[in-house]
Amino acid sequence: MLLDVQDITTYYGSSQALFGVEFRMTEGEVVALMGRNGMGKSTTIKSICNLLAPKSGRIFFDGKPTERMPPHRVARLGIGLVPEGRRCFPNLTVHENLVAAARPGKWTLERVNDLFPRLKERHAQLSRSLSGGEQQMLAIGRALMTNPKLLILDEATEGLAPVIRQDIWKAIRHLKSEGLSILVVDKTLSELLPVADRCVILENGKSVWSGSPGELTVETQDRYLGV
Amino acid sequence: MPMLNRENLVNLALAILLIAVPLIANGLGQPFYITLATRVAILALAATGLNLALGLGGLVSFGHAAFFGLGGYVAGILAAHNFSGEPVIFGLGGTNQMWVIWVVSILVSGIVGLAIGAISLRTSGVYFIMITLAFAQMVYYFAISWPAYGGQDGLSILVRNQFPGISTMRPLSFFFVCYVILILGIGLFALIRASRFGAALQASRQNEVRVATVGIRPFRIRLTAFVISAMLTGIAGALFADLNRFVSPSMLSWQMSGELIVLIILGGTGRLFGPLAGAALYVVFEYALGGMTERWQFFLGLILLLVVLFARGGLIGLLAGKAKHG
Repeated sequence: MLLDVQDITTYYGSSQALFGVEFRMTEGEVVALMGRNGMGKSTTIKSICNLLAPKSGRIFFDGKPTERMPPHRVARLGIGLVPEGRRCFPNLTVHENLVAAARPGKWTLERVNDLFPRLKERHAQLSRSLSGGEQQMLAIGRALMTNPKLLILDEATEGLAPVIRQDIWKAIRHLKSEGLSILVVDKTLSELLPVADRCVILENGKSVWSGSPGELTVETQDRYLGV
Repeated sequence: MPMLNRENLVNLALAILLIAVPLIANGLGQPFYITLATRVAILALAATGLNLALGLGGLVSFGHAAFFGLGGYVAGILAAHNFSGEPVIFGLGGTNQMWVIWVVSILVSGIVGLAIGAISLRTSGVYFIMITLAFAQMVYYFAISWPAYGGQDGLSILVRNQFPGISTMRPLSFFFVCYVILILGIGLFALIRASRFGAALQASRQNEVRVATVGIRPFRIRLTAFVISAMLTGIAGALFADLNRFVSPSMLSWQMSGELIVLIILGGTGRLFGPLAGAALYVVFEYALGGMTERWQFFLGLILLLVVLFARGGLIGLLAGKAKHG
């Protein structure tokens, strides 16, 4: 078991956001975390990375409990986060963004540049001057440079031009083919479902449905995803 | 190999200018200007140390005078014990060898920097500024109330400390010693800035949470930078004491901490040669305006105001354009 989220509840101050989220991921699996806006997807991700500590419940990554670890230690266990909103280090160059995060493993600067050749072309450019798509590629590249066992993509293609989205999905499919475990939040179901091995749906801060993309009926989609 | 862009050309010109002034002054038999250039080099070195914490790490330390003064007191105390022949501690005697004094200054500043940093870096923003100031004031008042080493009156270094093969009493020779150490200090700053550690330090300045999500512990990175920064400022303090052949609690005062910050802002925060540009500007003002009026710092204040309002990149920014890193 790579990730085991056991009935977590999480609060923003006194306001409860998660009311019992649970799901599991095995190695090499791609799990789509789904739900309408405000249902707790990003909060779940923050809880897994311990950026927002759960108040109750347990999270195990690679067999180790993470709820009491500071975020940098959770990341070092092997969780690479691509946060919502393409959050690079704006005043560092592309190269510096990548090397700042680097940890030993199969993902090297060369391999990241092979995956996203645009980053190689822009290696000396400040990341704040990149286009939205390039910043997203950089955010994914930076997460890969930490050589994660689990890559978490939170709305990785949101607000990007269709052509760039295709590039990002192509990269995600490539990462899946390499056996990387990926937890992905995205609204583009037509791209998300073919790449996912399993879907977990959240509603009002609770995990309410889990199954394979094939089991996700139109009724379930209508009920929980509003599509 | 760094490209010869505009900033590198400005940097090169500054480095050449700093060495040219004392050489010309020496030729003209004007040792006073050599002393001024030496003062620029030493203040630039101290500010380069602070620039590491402030410019790269965004750590506005208002207590770097503590390290500057500690370096100075190490030089003064070791020289005084060497002169008197009494041991300093645990039977260890003093010395008049500069390189030994530098090593001890680096160690003492580093250890004190570690202690101050380990506590101060748990805070941020205005609290960090205040806590570093508080620590520096503690060291200041300790020095004032320590009569064995001169208390408020300070401590004289009767004969400038020595460096093997160099006559340090000759102003030009001592300038070269300081110049070489300044260039080494700037080189260290450049190496750190270009390294993975430097990238992580700058990243932690920009966003602490984001840095943690890539597995970097911002506290450790900042503490390391703070300690290296303290060491560089400490060695500058030892050189400053040797330049004046005198060390006093004024080296530890909050005005000194403020001066170091002013030098960086004048020259360009985070810029490689910003501290040198700032120190040169400061010393020139001090000399030129100080000759005309005792209130020269009023005019320096006006200039600082103009720099902060209209030239955020400092002198280097004015001459070389915007920084690659903001």
